[in-house]
Amino acid sequence: MKPRSRWGLRALGLGYLTLLLLAPLVMIFYKTFEGGLAPPIDAITSPDGLHALKLSLLMVAIAVPLNTIFGIGCALLLVRHKWSGNGAIDAIINLPFAISPVVIGLSLFLLYGAKGWFGPALAEAGIEVLFSVPGMVLASVFVSLPFVVRETVPVLREIGTEQEQAASTLGANAWQTFWRITLPAIRWGVAYGVVLTTARVLGEFGAVSIVSGQISGETETLPLFVEKQFANFNTAGAFGASVLLAVLALTTLLAMNVLKRKEDA
Amino acid sequence: MPAHPASAPSVVAAPRAGIRLPWVGAGLGRGTVVLYLSIVVLLPLAALTAQAFEGGLGTFWTQITSPQAVRSLELTVIASLIVVAINAVFGTIIAWILVRDKFPGQSIANAVIDLPFALPTIVASLILIELYGTHSPFGIDIALTRTAVVVALLFVTLPFVVRAVQPLLIEMDREMEEAAASLGAGGFTIFRRIIFPNLLPGLAAGIALAFARALGEYGSVLLFAGGLPDTQVSSVFIRQQIESGNEVGAAAVSVVLLAAALLMLGVITWVQRWGNRHEAA
Repeated sequence: MKPRSRWGLRALGLGYLTLLLLAPLVMIFYKTFEGGLAPPIDAITSPDGLHALKLSLLMVAIAVPLNTIFGIGCALLLVRHKWSGNGAIDAIINLPFAISPVVIGLSLFLLYGAKGWFGPALAEAGIEVLFSVPGMVLASVFVSLPFVVRETVPVLREIGTEQEQAASTLGANAWQTFWRITLPAIRWGVAYGVVLTTARVLGEFGAVSIVSGQISGETETLPLFVEKQFANFNTAGAFGASVLLAVLALTTLLAMNVLKRKEDA
Repeated sequence: MPAHPASAPSVVAAPRAGIRLPWVGAGLGRGTVVLYLSIVVLLPLAALTAQAFEGGLGTFWTQITSPQAVRSLELTVIASLIVVAINAVFGTIIAWILVRDKFPGQSIANAVIDLPFALPTIVASLILIELYGTHSPFGIDIALTRTAVVVALLFVTLPFVVRAVQPLLIEMDREMEEAAASLGAGGFTIFRRIIFPNLLPGLAAGIALAFARALGEYGSVLLFAGGLPDTQVSSVFIRQQIESGNEVGAAAVSVVLLAAALLMLGVITWVQRWGNRHEAA
């Protein structure tokens, strides 16, 4: 390629990248600490801010293990067991990638609402789903469903079954084979999926905002807190919580890079 | 590069070999998976569809053809098409310089591509306001306009194209290009006749994913573009219908978005199959 067109492409690509991705990244840190350390720290350590942080972590603590266990089990089923329903399962797992978070939120809202199929029966049993933690967990599980399955399936395909067969020939039972052979072989793929799941659960806004009712100090996760602070003209508060989420996002990027390298190695 | 047949992973070999689900039988495992998917995904979507058609087809039609609903759907589709076109071009350029070029900071540029996957959408919206709103350091104020919708969608969908094209570029055989060059083909001809056709399956899949994402995007658009009648994408419209108590209307437009999502997933599956066939040939 001619040097001139090489430089042209470089300038175009990097210029676009800078305006669209790098500038926002720099901006968030600049904007947050513009007025010193105090305002963002105050925002996060306010009672509502702390509650939002705790609730976000609770979402991760429930949704991520659920989707990890489901993801590994489902990947094993899809790869190792031929079944006529596999195509359908595969298609359903991809749905959360393509469906709008607002549509997901509304679906849960309608299913568990006062007039929904499950709403009245659950209300009678004294179980609140909407505007409380269970509904938010369901929304988080829905939006982050595909990641572990999608990352595990190709790795599982690649490792094949020879080592597992050897283990079982040597007398290992299925459980031992899984822990000693299969899981170590797929661990980086699973870990990559877990990182993506965690990032998605931490960042989810649309679906959770609809089912939660956004009650401050009760059903507000960090992203919802950001929006509420912005709406209340507390920009420092919004940026304080945002910078925390951005640091988590950068940690995610770092983890993705490290894991990709381990996976490729 | 196509692997030697003997070195291909033994996917098809011995379907009964290797461990299966270790703790439960396949039947029980399958039952669990189906139950989980039903509770998490299928039942809510069924409830949504039922609500949309509660008043019959007529009501559904009235709801999705109301002027506001049509306006939001139009904006969503047109903005998504523009975004996908722009990111197809820039995504390919960026993938190209990441794979074929060498410059300092390349690995950082490569890592930053995934930022929109990792950064919460509401945070993206907040920053975009600061960057391209009234306080813009560049003097560009596009907040609460249709341009803002496009910029927000450009941000969230960029990784899809880059990440879909990148692996194909890495794998591409450079001999073909060298042969073309030695036969006198210019840079543009090489791109058009050799590189582009090879990238097409990945590019198409990336575009379809980006389009699906753009159609449903909510958080990043919300603060930056707002919910004015002029800047309201469908997801924001749905939210406003829920808040004003029109659940049937919200559900009806949601079903339209759901159908579009299903269509895009179908397109992606088809494109991938087509790509695999090309690779095998």
